[in-house]
Amino acid sequence: MTNKGLRVKAKELKTDIALVKGLELSVGKIIDDTWEEPMGPTPMPHIATLRDWDMKLLNKYKPFYMPDCDLCCLCTYGKCDLTAGKRGACGLNIADQSSRIVLIACSIGAATHTGHARHVVDHLIEEYGRNYPLDVGGFNVDVEAPVTRLVTGIKPETLGDLDEVLTYCETQVTHLLSAAHTGQESNNLDFESKAFHAGRVDQVGMEVADIAQISVFNFPKADPEAPLIEMGLGTIDNAKPVICCIGHNVVPSVGIIDYMKANKLDSKLEVVGLCCTAIDNSRYFDRAKIVGPISWELRVIRSGLVDVLVLDEQCVRTDCALEAERINAPVIAASEKNCIGYKNRTNDPVDEIVNDLVSRKVPGVLILDPEKVGEVAVRVAQKVAPMRKKLSILPSEEEIIKLAKTCRHCNLCQRSCPQDLEIPAAITAAAEGNLKPLTDLYEECIGCGRCEEACPVKLQIHSFILKAGQKYMLEETNFCRAGRGAVQDIEIRSAGGPIVLGEIPGILAAVGCANYPHGGKDVYDICREFAQRRFIVMTSGCSAMSAGSYRNEEGQTLYEEFPGSFEAGGVLNVGSCVSNPHIAGAAIKVASIFAKRNLRGNYEEIADYIHNRIGAVGLAWGAYSQKAASIASGFWSLGVPVLVGPHGSKYRRMLMGRSDKPENWEVYDARTGDTVNVGPAPEHLFQTVETPQEAMVAIAKLCIRPNDTWKGRSIKLSHYIDLHKRHYGRMPKDIHQFVRTMADVPVTMKDEIKDILEAKGWKETVIPDPTMLPRMIRSKKE
Amino acid sequence: MSCEPWQCAEIAATKKAHPINKPEVAVAMIKRAAHPILVVGSNVTERSLEGKLLIEYIIDFAKASNVKVVATAHMVAEFLKRGYEPADFMSAMDIGNRLVDPTWQGINGEGHPDLAMFVALPYYMESLILSGLKHFAPNLKTMTLDNLFHPHASWSFPNAPAKTWTENLTVMTSKFKGGK
Repeated sequence: MTNKGLRVKAKELKTDIALVKGLELSVGKIIDDTWEEPMGPTPMPHIATLRDWDMKLLNKYKPFYMPDCDLCCLCTYGKCDLTAGKRGACGLNIADQSSRIVLIACSIGAATHTGHARHVVDHLIEEYGRNYPLDVGGFNVDVEAPVTRLVTGIKPETLGDLDEVLTYCETQVTHLLSAAHTGQESNNLDFESKAFHAGRVDQVGMEVADIAQISVFNFPKADPEAPLIEMGLGTIDNAKPVICCIGHNVVPSVGIIDYMKANKLDSKLEVVGLCCTAIDNSRYFDRAKIVGPISWELRVIRSGLVDVLVLDEQCVRTDCALEAERINAPVIAASEKNCIGYKNRTNDPVDEIVNDLVSRKVPGVLILDPEKVGEVAVRVAQKVAPMRKKLSILPSEEEIIKLAKTCRHCNLCQRSCPQDLEIPAAITAAAEGNLKPLTDLYEECIGCGRCEEACPVKLQIHSFILKAGQKYMLEETNFCRAGRGAVQDIEIRSAGGPIVLGEIPGILAAVGCANYPHGGKDVYDICREFAQRRFIVMTSGCSAMSAGSYRNEEGQTLYEEFPGSFEAGGVLNVGSCVSNPHIAGAAIKVASIFAKRNLRGNYEEIADYIHNRIGAVGLAWGAYSQKAASIASGFWSLGVPVLVGPHGSKYRRMLMGRSDKPENWEVYDARTGDTVNVGPAPEHLFQTVETPQEAMVAIAKLCIRPNDTWKGRSIKLSHYIDLHKRHYGRMPKDIHQFVRTMADVPVTMKDEIKDILEAKGWKETVIPDPTMLPRMIRSKKE
Repeated sequence: MSCEPWQCAEIAATKKAHPINKPEVAVAMIKRAAHPILVVGSNVTERSLEGKLLIEYIIDFAKASNVKVVATAHMVAEFLKRGYEPADFMSAMDIGNRLVDPTWQGINGEGHPDLAMFVALPYYMESLILSGLKHFAPNLKTMTLDNLFHPHASWSFPNAPAKTWTENLTVMTSKFKGGK
């Protein structure tokens, strides 16, 4: 797509029929559109354009609210107590308020990704120009931006086109946030519909960020064999100066890596990272190392390995700078969204900044020029490293034993711990010289540090745990595959049929943060289980790291054990948070490339297709953030169910189907117009599960779709039943709801299931061409 | 024994749980209920009381009281391993979602529960579900059998050490026909 603004000004214009003075004509854009695909019904949807579709989903999957707070404190009428049906001063009740908070969370998430994309795109346009072509996979990827095409109707070809797309996103986010103002939206389902819209916008914003950085920074382009990246604290070479980048925005890190390369220093220093910046660094530079997920920020800083800390944006602990001061590590704030109170030194000479940081005249600086960040970070790291000597603030074992004796046994550490870890018992044991119970907490601790905040005698409990677990910490040497980006069109052609027919039993997308209930191994176990069952497993962000942080019996990580391609039994890391649209994009491309549906501005039809045909499930086992909420919302809106781990219940609203209400599970058969009951497939759109065992059973079940062929359904049921029997110790009680004809029943289970079906009064039904959209019915009944 | 929320930030506004100071009070309320249920979460096999797993106490209580047990997560397998068949099993979110629906006819269609007891879910999950029920199931009474105070329940045992918890569960079981 190319487009230009047109502006005509004339002081005086004489024609045969008139004399015009002071003419000024402005046309917003002239669109030179060479994309042949016809425009669908909803390009650039506004906040209520897709409301009917949202309501279809919300009627099927009704919100179940669990208010995290009984009050509303958002305006000066309040605080208003909304307990049990009371309305506040503005008229909202607790259901409305809960959904309003969901909208606010999703809007924050969408704004954050869109803001991130805006920074990346503006920076790249400034450096490389608006006409820089997009390329996310060469000839292997024709549908370069499936989400953007679907939502906006735009086929972006250059960086300049992405600018246009972002303008749309920014407008939508503004409207969405405004709807949460007091005295605006007043209905909980409408708040929910708007939250879905935030999810759609969020997906577009993320896609823009990722295709821009893939194109310009030459990240792996839809590469199933993207390099394996060293991961874990144990991979850091202590002998070198270490620069640690935390956050999500790769641009400052690119400045660091470029400076190192230009000065032939790339093998002389270590560039490591946490959270998504780490993933994206490794897509740019395969010698960059990934320390681990977001929850390890205190872990890496306090261990003293870091010589310079570079903080960009999103999910950066706001006390990182204070923690860095404790280990004498200078800090560079590199994002205008996270200035940390530092003086802006962007325009100062590099030598001056370096001297100020090395001499500790200032603990940190704000630098908003990524190239300057690069030079300063590298030069400071080289000078500071020999002075710091990897100063750690972890106490010695003797100090822990001595300090533990001062514990008052008030239990506030445990009562403040999100995991309810039995810290008091571990401290008591430590006081007696036994550090083993503290070591046992290491894997489950999410590194929040709330225990220390609560302690009345100021014990550095988190540091105690780190010291006790230091041996494990330094043995962490694993591999994460660098984010590959998009799925190739040819992979979609090959896997699309088996997915839609159900013969590949499902796609599991393990995404999101690291707020795990019992450590990251659950993510690894779940991913491995489904890869072995020949599902397609896709990963991103911190979950991608956790998936690679454990090894099988042969010592292989998940990424070494399974291929990185989009095929049955493949395990694909698509990349960072902003790479999540490649997962949604794969589903969209199945509809587009395999099923030949038009996707341009055709959201409702494609979402209906995905919801009824593509057995994909998102798993955000440790989701914690507002961004995770908006990412999930983008999947809900496409009709893709999302599971969260126990901490995800704090999102305070689930979207639950009712398997005991048959009337909720009717679709149209597009061939005949008949209404067909297809059972609870998928049963929920957003659900918290308590244990990894429950997650595994739920994932297998949530991959069932109305469109499955008998062969596909039989395969899916065999996985569901097998996992259910293994973890629940018995046959599922709802098996009759998923059997349409006897051919659906796995052959080896025929007798057992036949008896169940008879007992339930089961009747055979048809396999429809399912749709929730009346307009998709090809032949209406008279 | 404290009646502060176990996790410090789980604060309720104007409607807070009544503390259960004696197990006999809980027993009286259970006996008064027409359709009581007990929702049992995944920590039931994680807690050991006086050398016996919590699940064993719960089975003893359920057998004595005939209260219908709904096992969440994969706990049904743990009950079956011990020779006890729960009345139903479903996810914690599913049971919460059904309880807020006044048209739901309860376990096996035997009537909407008028008392829902909870035990052994992760504290924060249990707290959120209880909050959902407090707000959206006005006719339902809720009670927790944990040793951690839950302000969003109708009635909750206070924070207490394991020994007191063991005693409470044992006394409750003994007060029902069939209890020892």
